Amino acid sequence: MDKKLYTVTAYSENQVGLLNQIATIFTRRRLNIESLSVSASAIEGVHKFTITTYSDEETVSKLVKQIEKKVDVLRSFYYLDDEIIYQEVALYKVPTKKLMEDNRIEEIVRSHSARILEVNNDFTVIEKSGHSDETQRLFEELSKIEVRQFVRSGRVAITKSTVEHVSIFLQQQEDRRLGMRD
Amino acid sequence: MSKQKISGSDALILSLLEEGVTTIFGYPGGQIIPVFDRLYDYKDKLHHVLVRHEQGATHSAQGYARVSGKVGVALFTSGPAATNAITGLADAMMDSTPIVVITGQVPSHMLGTDAFQETDVMGITLPITKWAYQIRRPEEIAGAVARAFYIARTGRPGPVVLDLTKDAQVGLTEFEYKKCDYIRSYVPVPKIERQDIINAAELINTAKKPLMLVGQGVVLSNAEKEIIAVAEKAGIPMAVTLLGLSAIPSGHPLYKGMLGMHGNIGPNIKTNQCDVLIAVGMRFDDRVTGDLKSYATQAKIIHFDIDASEFNKNVKADVTVLGDAKQTLAALFDEIKENSYKEWVDSFAPCEQAESEKVIMPEISPKSGLLKMGEVVRKVSEASGNKAVLVTDVGQNQMFGARYFKFTQTRSVVTSGGLGTMGFGLPAAIGAKFAAPDRTVCLFCGDGGLQMTIQELGTILETGVGVKIILLNNNYLGMVRQWQQLFFHERYSETVMVNPDFVMLASAYGIKSRRVEMREDLDDAIAEMLSDDAPFLLDVCVEEAGLVFPMVPAGGCVSDIMLNPSEKY
Repeated sequence: MDKKLYTVTAYSENQVGLLNQIATIFTRRRLNIESLSVSASAIEGVHKFTITTYSDEETVSKLVKQIEKKVDVLRSFYYLDDEIIYQEVALYKVPTKKLMEDNRIEEIVRSHSARILEVNNDFTVIEKSGHSDETQRLFEELSKIEVRQFVRSGRVAITKSTVEHVSIFLQQQEDRRLGMRD
Repeated sequence: MSKQKISGSDALILSLLEEGVTTIFGYPGGQIIPVFDRLYDYKDKLHHVLVRHEQGATHSAQGYARVSGKVGVALFTSGPAATNAITGLADAMMDSTPIVVITGQVPSHMLGTDAFQETDVMGITLPITKWAYQIRRPEEIAGAVARAFYIARTGRPGPVVLDLTKDAQVGLTEFEYKKCDYIRSYVPVPKIERQDIINAAELINTAKKPLMLVGQGVVLSNAEKEIIAVAEKAGIPMAVTLLGLSAIPSGHPLYKGMLGMHGNIGPNIKTNQCDVLIAVGMRFDDRVTGDLKSYATQAKIIHFDIDASEFNKNVKADVTVLGDAKQTLAALFDEIKENSYKEWVDSFAPCEQAESEKVIMPEISPKSGLLKMGEVVRKVSEASGNKAVLVTDVGQNQMFGARYFKFTQTRSVVTSGGLGTMGFGLPAAIGAKFAAPDRTVCLFCGDGGLQMTIQELGTILETGVGVKIILLNNNYLGMVRQWQQLFFHERYSETVMVNPDFVMLASAYGIKSRRVEMREDLDDAIAEMLSDDAPFLLDVCVEEAGLVFPMVPAGGCVSDIMLNPSEKY
């Protein structure tokens, strides 16, 4: 089946062990997690998981339903790249001496819209945010000089949709709670 | 003035009482002693059944829950006790059985240090439970118990684990109990979408050959009346899954039997002939569907379930109706037309006729030869007035039990459907009898499965719980033997069993017992077994080469049915 990179998001309560619960759903279906990021969301007390995985739509739709079934998960969704604005951050540790010997540093930083975070006698740390292919291109370019360490964050993503499904869900739940109290 | 403080152990017990718990199945151990100590003072309110192994406690809690409709409760210590509970938790998860399992845990300051009898209960149980939570402070207990019971019994029910550290048991807390009826992230009963009901009704109203599949979801939502009302109004024949058995009385004119690998011919054949398939509270398990590519491809499929993740998981539905079956079926009732499909309903008759001649009659009324499993089941069922609770282990005993037991009331089946847990039967039967002390509880098990949890005979000895154990003893792992005969060139690898004398064993446990070898002794032995409410073990020596038929071979087409090793329907 046709495998594409899907971005799965899940909104949850801040409970211990939730990452485990979500990860095992991927494991059961033998889906490899390409990247993962967990952070607070815009809603107080609600955490957001952003996970990328190569899969087909049928599998990923079942996966998302099984994530959503977890008691502490509010909602879960899946997207293709054209439905979201997404970004990753990469850091590169490069020996300062070699960087100095190579006179292209300004051009590299400029053309990749990168930033220099730290410079000392031994090493320089460069930061770049962007899509994977962009951070990868900088890695390849810097590798010609020397990269001692390279790290890329998990993807973070925001939907292009004008509807905020999680807020709607929370409102429905709040209405339900108030309805029960009446 | 601040309120009086009580220990976490007291808080736990008071919380259980607040939830209406009257019976718990458990086993003491190092990290739960404080709770057991307090239990000593609540003997009149909380009946603790001392099992012989923690797996037994979880299966007993399952049996209790399935028959009573209440949440089953098990209580034991950390480490090995908790790992012994895993099979029961996984089983309850597969079969949507509401249980709350409370495990002791090492003191919170020792967590993660590989302390004596420490195990990562959360890590192990989260993937096989509906919810699991570790309680580390006494003041969390009331809230966590309330949440646990709410989660276990609502929505699609399931097992919940509460892992209770020792310091939480001995620490002091104020206590106020408030039942849980709301969790922000959890929607137990989804709101019905009106349009779904209308779409479903439209398909049903225009159907020519509709067939309704009834799963355990109907029992779990107490929707037996509603589904029968729908079936009767629209004239739709009904078939049940293994766990849906007893939801519809066996004698109902529209009841056409059981689905699946060893189900009745009619429901399986008609699955691939109907034009609208209405599945309610069932999950299209592979033992029901066989090969999905050839399953009901001609039919429009309507799927009713409370769990959205079941939709299109195995079988793609044309209409899905999310919600509690009791509500969705009631709403459906108002939208469907009165109808009858005489020709279609009558078309089950040839299937029934063929099955009766080729399979059922030879099984339940053989004229000669060794005793057959089917005839034993049918005789016990009839001797109980078809009013008993059927509990089975797993294997041929389970399939013969399901095929030949008859039902007149709901919640009369306790069997391990999804997980297929050998050893489930005996402890589950104990739990079932505690849940329904006024009913006869008949356990059918094989010599293999009985020995997997045979230590629970000790629980029967101690409590005197009146379980009727019917051992279908063929000195074989019969179901595996059947597959070896049919599909593995009669190479009976490791399926012959050298068994103990079960009658002597029962007598060692003070349980009345009798061995039956001859057909002419069977009726009398059954009558003796059912003559009182005491525990009894009936060791029935049945033919070694018994085979469960009809059979849809694993992964085969549901309408491609074997009647015997050499004949197809």
